[in-house]
Amino acid sequence: MRSNALLFAIPLLPLAGAVWNAVFGRRLARETVAFVGCGVVGIAFALALVAFVGVAGGRGDVVHVAPGFSWIVAGNFAIEVRLLFDNLSSVMTLVVTGVSFLIHVYSVGYMAHDAGFARYFTYLNLFVFAMLMLVLGDSLPVMFVGWEGVGLCSYLLIGFWFEDDAKASAGKKAFITNRVGDAGFLLAIFYIGWVFAQAAPDRSFSLSYGELKANAAALAPHATVIALLLFVGAIGKSAQLPLYFWLPDAMAGPTPVSALIHAATMVTAGVYMVARLGFLYALSPVASSVVAGVGAVTAFFAATIAVTQTDIKKVLAFSTVSQLGFMFLGVGVMAYSAGIFHLMTHAFFKACLFLGAGSVIHAMSGEQDIRKMGGLWSKVPRTAKTFFVATLAIAGLPFLSGWVSKDEILDAAFHSTLPGAKIFFGVALATAGLTAFYMFRLFFIVFTGKPSHEAEHAHESPPSMTVPLIVLAALSVVGGGFFPGLLPIGKFLGEAHPPSFSESLPPMLMALGVGAAGFFVAYKLYWGGPSPTALRLATAWEKVATASREQWYVDHALGRFVPRVVMVTGFMLWRLVDFFLIDVVILGGASAFAHGIGHLARLAQNGQVQRYATTFIIGIAVLLLFFLRCRS
Amino acid sequence: MNPFTPAYLSAPNSPLLSVLVFLPLIGAALLMLFPRNETRTIRGFALVVSLIVLAVSLVLIVRYAPAAGSVFAFKQRIDWLPVVGAVYHLGVDGVALSLVVLTTLLTPIVILAAFSQITDRVREYMISMLVLEAGMLGALCALDLVVFFIFWELMLVPMYFLIGVWGGDRRHYAAVKFVLFTVAGSVLMLLAMLYLYFETGARSFDLAVLLGKDAIAPGKQWLPFLAFALAFAIKVPMVPVHTWLPDAHTEAPTGGSVILAGVLLKMGVYGFYRFAMPLMPDAARAAAPALAALAVVGVVYGALLAMAQRDLKKLVAYSSVSHLGFVMLGLVALEPKAVTGAALQMINHGLSTGALFLIVGLLYERTHTRKLSDYGGLFKVTPAIAVVFLITVLSSAALPGMNGFVGEFLILSGSFASTGIPAIQAWTGVATIGVVLGAAYLLIAYQRTMFGPVNEKVASLRDLAPREIVYMAPLLVLFFAIGVFPRPVLSRLEPSVKVFTALVEKRSRIVAAATPGSTVRLGAPSVVPPRPTLQVQPIPTPNLAAPNLLQRVPRPTFAPAQPPSPITRPPSPKAEERR
Repeated sequence: MRSNALLFAIPLLPLAGAVWNAVFGRRLARETVAFVGCGVVGIAFALALVAFVGVAGGRGDVVHVAPGFSWIVAGNFAIEVRLLFDNLSSVMTLVVTGVSFLIHVYSVGYMAHDAGFARYFTYLNLFVFAMLMLVLGDSLPVMFVGWEGVGLCSYLLIGFWFEDDAKASAGKKAFITNRVGDAGFLLAIFYIGWVFAQAAPDRSFSLSYGELKANAAALAPHATVIALLLFVGAIGKSAQLPLYFWLPDAMAGPTPVSALIHAATMVTAGVYMVARLGFLYALSPVASSVVAGVGAVTAFFAATIAVTQTDIKKVLAFSTVSQLGFMFLGVGVMAYSAGIFHLMTHAFFKACLFLGAGSVIHAMSGEQDIRKMGGLWSKVPRTAKTFFVATLAIAGLPFLSGWVSKDEILDAAFHSTLPGAKIFFGVALATAGLTAFYMFRLFFIVFTGKPSHEAEHAHESPPSMTVPLIVLAALSVVGGGFFPGLLPIGKFLGEAHPPSFSESLPPMLMALGVGAAGFFVAYKLYWGGPSPTALRLATAWEKVATASREQWYVDHALGRFVPRVVMVTGFMLWRLVDFFLIDVVILGGASAFAHGIGHLARLAQNGQVQRYATTFIIGIAVLLLFFLRCRS
Repeated sequence: MNPFTPAYLSAPNSPLLSVLVFLPLIGAALLMLFPRNETRTIRGFALVVSLIVLAVSLVLIVRYAPAAGSVFAFKQRIDWLPVVGAVYHLGVDGVALSLVVLTTLLTPIVILAAFSQITDRVREYMISMLVLEAGMLGALCALDLVVFFIFWELMLVPMYFLIGVWGGDRRHYAAVKFVLFTVAGSVLMLLAMLYLYFETGARSFDLAVLLGKDAIAPGKQWLPFLAFALAFAIKVPMVPVHTWLPDAHTEAPTGGSVILAGVLLKMGVYGFYRFAMPLMPDAARAAAPALAALAVVGVVYGALLAMAQRDLKKLVAYSSVSHLGFVMLGLVALEPKAVTGAALQMINHGLSTGALFLIVGLLYERTHTRKLSDYGGLFKVTPAIAVVFLITVLSSAALPGMNGFVGEFLILSGSFASTGIPAIQAWTGVATIGVVLGAAYLLIAYQRTMFGPVNEKVASLRDLAPREIVYMAPLLVLFFAIGVFPRPVLSRLEPSVKVFTALVEKRSRIVAAATPGSTVRLGAPSVVPPRPTLQVQPIPTPNLAAPNLLQRVPRPTFAPAQPPSPITRPPSPKAEERR
């Protein structure tokens, strides 16, 4: 364990950049804004690299507690702001700062003509800060700061072009859906606090990971509930079933944002959290099995939707949901290093795909419908080639990064002894075939065949956009070689199944087979644009195709119907309970009653002196009689 | 069990609180001498008075150092009406002091906001505001039931005028509704005070005397507790006695809404904290499950109704019902974290909802409409207002790093670990839904006003003026300051909170009977002579934890380095008892 205050510079630099651009950005030249925005992330990446070399070189983890700074101290909580730079978080930090830097650079070109240039870089820097707090924070509450912070930035960036009500609504949907998950996360923290309070009433807790791990025995009887509550948070943040439906809508944001937040980094936070708390999930086979199962089912579910989408970004969005499912399958079967490894390679190739899509959209002057594209290979050569490389990587061409990492996950699932693992393996295998199919379908429709009318005037993007593409494509190719470097993560987390390349030919061959099949079908149906067979099939299976395009109506039910029910409930309660029952019936009744009494009393006071005198005399008589009776 | 230790009682009287309370009254009296059309001078004078009061309160917070064994400071205790046993007894603990500063901060802000918003009867408006401030400060400082009651009623009058004179179209209905609800509660409270006066045998209204005696028999606590509880629940307001609030808030002028939400609602919670729960501990603990249930219902119900509103101000009003539900849940959970969170959340809600009402006021002043459908696209038209609104929304939605999060986090985590309420974990779970719904209604409001295409009706609004920035800025700074560095506030609240929970738990006979070896002896002969004179001798109390606020109590953090931790063994029966 080492302590180094410089650790705080990694997240605080992007924060400083955000503040700078928020305060001065509107008055500064775009070059300055871009320079500051990219620069702070670049320096953070360099710092992370230096720290990583220290950790990987065996010099031990770095933990730093903000000096003289306790955050929430009350009752039995003494929550500090601590950062932890160990095997796991160092990899995450490198991925986050590295990919962020490339996407910041790309954004300079992509957003060059946008009126909200400074605002964009403010949000983007703020996002990097929040994501780094999430990754580096050394306790559940500090992680939660980043966890909600990235949600906020996601909200702001999805609705970046806020004048479009649909885009603003997409941002709101993302934030509220994420909050459903966050509620689970919070309840897990409360639950842990409760367990600790019962076990040791007189102590204070910071809820740091080390503390949780040291007290795993106290948590063990409650591990299933706690792990599942935390997983609710992961489901929301990482767009898994049943809370996945915000992610496709989130494509309303600028494309670099989709690449950074909604593909490479933020949505993988759930995977990171499960891996980080692996010791907790290891205590509960049930919870682990649920994680793996939800991952496998979501992977397949999203892939079946991706095959019919016609919006280039939507295909990639569902692909992301599907790939996140793979990662959860990995960490669910306790292959944490494989899950994190796939997280990393996915960050490379999916960022490359999204940025490629952005370049295509840029070239097509904003068009996102793939049916209007075609033959772009020669029009945007650099984009096309990098897109091709990334497609090969995600489809699982041997020795490319995606193949290595996906294979590790399938292998771990194949060998896992968790309940249901064999079924999950089968589902994931089918998904691998679908993945190759929908990715090549996308690639062939967009890039092969004769250029469509709209694609006639397409032009390649500037270097600030293509250079990051090339870097990411290169990483997609060689990323698989980083795996041995990740193995210490597994050791650190006490992995159940130490991964290896050699022992399992069967799952590897099966995966290769389905991948090849997927490619072949896509080639037959979509090379040079949709073939007559493809169109005939689409007509014949129209109902199924529509259902798939409509996300099997899950979004209709959960993403649209449920909020409406809540709104209507609120309205009904307001009119029926608040207004009618309480104000009209009860208060109105009480007021009418008081009025009635007043009315009766008024009858007596009618102003006739004779009546008063009569009443007075009668009263005196009654009283006299009463007292006389008492005497006798 | 009495925080009014001999050290406290023998401490010299301090005039500071009286200065604080009566300064605004003197200011109001002087304002009457001003010619009514000298509006500039009147505004300036009112602002200066409120700023002086703020300065005095800041002196208090700096010099706050309670006597040994107590958490109260700045005591002033003078025999006032010996015939009835009323004592002019002022004093503040950490919780009261925080609310005092909240009050003295919000008052100059609303006075500054009124510079442009109130153009009719300016002098009377400022007088009302200053009298209102005096009433609030007096009620917060009062440690005698009669004194409290007088100030409690004093708050009512200016608020009635604020709504009824400077309010919106339905102001008369709203003002009368507000007064009827509050007075209904006050009458009950008065009866309960008399009941306590006789039933305790103390023949005194002084809290130091009442708390010095054993609590009255549990069976007899119900009547006064219910009366107090109803009076305070109306003020909070808790569902179902909340319907005066949306009307009052909506019709009141901006300043009235800010003060109403910022401070007046807290008087209900504060009443539970200061009087109802410590004086009737058994009834309070027995009623805690019901109160917690009502609080949670309020959280969800208020949020659902907020979502249905088309009037921006009404939406904010219903959000108060939801937020105060959180506060009440934390208070009745009687767990140190939860109660500390509740105390902090009172401040937070005052700042956040105060700011929300100020923003509604900013918009209303420019457009004269509160309908959400009349807005849209303001992020483009008035970016500064939009940013201020966004930060306030995030504070109110309890985003980590902002003040609201610290409060909600402590309330919910504390109530989750509460031991006095059956199935509290489930209730806390339901309350957590309020966190989701809270984000929903706030973002709905934000989107309808700030996002979307620019509504023609608001296409030419002017952005923030310097004066408006001046009065919004302190609130925004505090959002972040409390969110990132809540320690100075928490460390002033927590010792008082611990005394409060100990008071309720130790004075309660239910627990005393169930816990062998409890420090509270049952049926202890009354030490207090029957007549309330100056020779009151309170029962010496066992030393309470952390009496000195300014001294930081080092906390043992849980060392992760020692794996065979004592935490691993099952909780011993002894530990159970202690809890």
